[in-house]
Amino acid sequence: MGNCGSGDGCATRNFDQPLRLGSHVFQSRLIVGTGKYSTYEAMRECLDVSGTECVTVAVRRERLVDQQGRNILDFLDLKRYTLLPNTAGCFSAEDAIRTARLGRELLLNLENPGADWVKLEVLGDKKTLLPDPVATLQATEQLVAEGFRVLCYTTDDPVTAKRLKEAGATSVMPAGSPIGSGQGVLNPNNIRICLEYLKDGDPDYPVIVDAGVGTASDVTIAMELGVDGVLLNTGIAHARDPLGMARAMRAGWEAGRLAYLSGRIAKRLYATASSPEEGVIGATRR
Amino acid sequence: MRIVLNGEPRDAADNLLLSELLVSLQLDSSRVAVEVNEKIVPRARHATHSLKEGDRLEVVTFVGGG
Repeated sequence: MGNCGSGDGCATRNFDQPLRLGSHVFQSRLIVGTGKYSTYEAMRECLDVSGTECVTVAVRRERLVDQQGRNILDFLDLKRYTLLPNTAGCFSAEDAIRTARLGRELLLNLENPGADWVKLEVLGDKKTLLPDPVATLQATEQLVAEGFRVLCYTTDDPVTAKRLKEAGATSVMPAGSPIGSGQGVLNPNNIRICLEYLKDGDPDYPVIVDAGVGTASDVTIAMELGVDGVLLNTGIAHARDPLGMARAMRAGWEAGRLAYLSGRIAKRLYATASSPEEGVIGATRR
Repeated sequence: MRIVLNGEPRDAADNLLLSELLVSLQLDSSRVAVEVNEKIVPRARHATHSLKEGDRLEVVTFVGGG
């Protein structure tokens, strides 16, 4: 350690594995959303600086009346980024399944490797955007049967997480806190239990914290818990300086991953001196 | 005949081909996916799929999202 940031990279990075999600392999452990940027140009710059290789997109009706002629695809280098289509906005398993199929059809037409997978979101409540766990499980089963690799957005409930893995999810992606809330990882203990259950006998099973990231330290905290990656969008797009925050998020995951691999010290109630206790000069007479 | 396109009713020529509809809408078929009555019509079949009275179409593309 100690040489991180030098041109040769650093020791810990060299023995880290890439992020494997189904058939996809990424060096960056950040998955970044493409929504809510002020302009497509700003989005493109932020994605570049974040270092991500995988970006999420949403499926929506083509605007047939008010066409500006600009499509997000004009601003995404499909050779560089694997697209991860989501089913955001769906409130039933049926709608999510149809949306997943439409995303696959779009990616097949674009010849992007993302055609085999989907970020499944089946929402249960408009105010919290919390997922409907029953409908998410049903949609997972159906999409897995149709050959999709399913990345499941879910809560941090460990039992739901286990059920989704059993249903064939390629990755379970518990939310740190509600989508766009910027509250970070609210219940690290649940994430820890999710990790323990999902990786039991299967240490390479990928777990991603999806949603809730407000700032770089939230990414670091998630990575330090031992998750395999973080998916975020609003934290960058709505920062005062999105480009600066995109850099910070990149540094955040790298710091957290290094810390996780390197092993933090145990917390103690009392101090332990860093300097030798022997050889201190004689006490001043008073 | 009448069809419903992205939730909006509109007139269309009888037996209009899906590919003809997309051309008339000035849409690049490599950047859209099309459902007719909740079933995807793959791009390879756009040129042979003729639309019917009352068909409900969804024509979608990608937008920014998280």
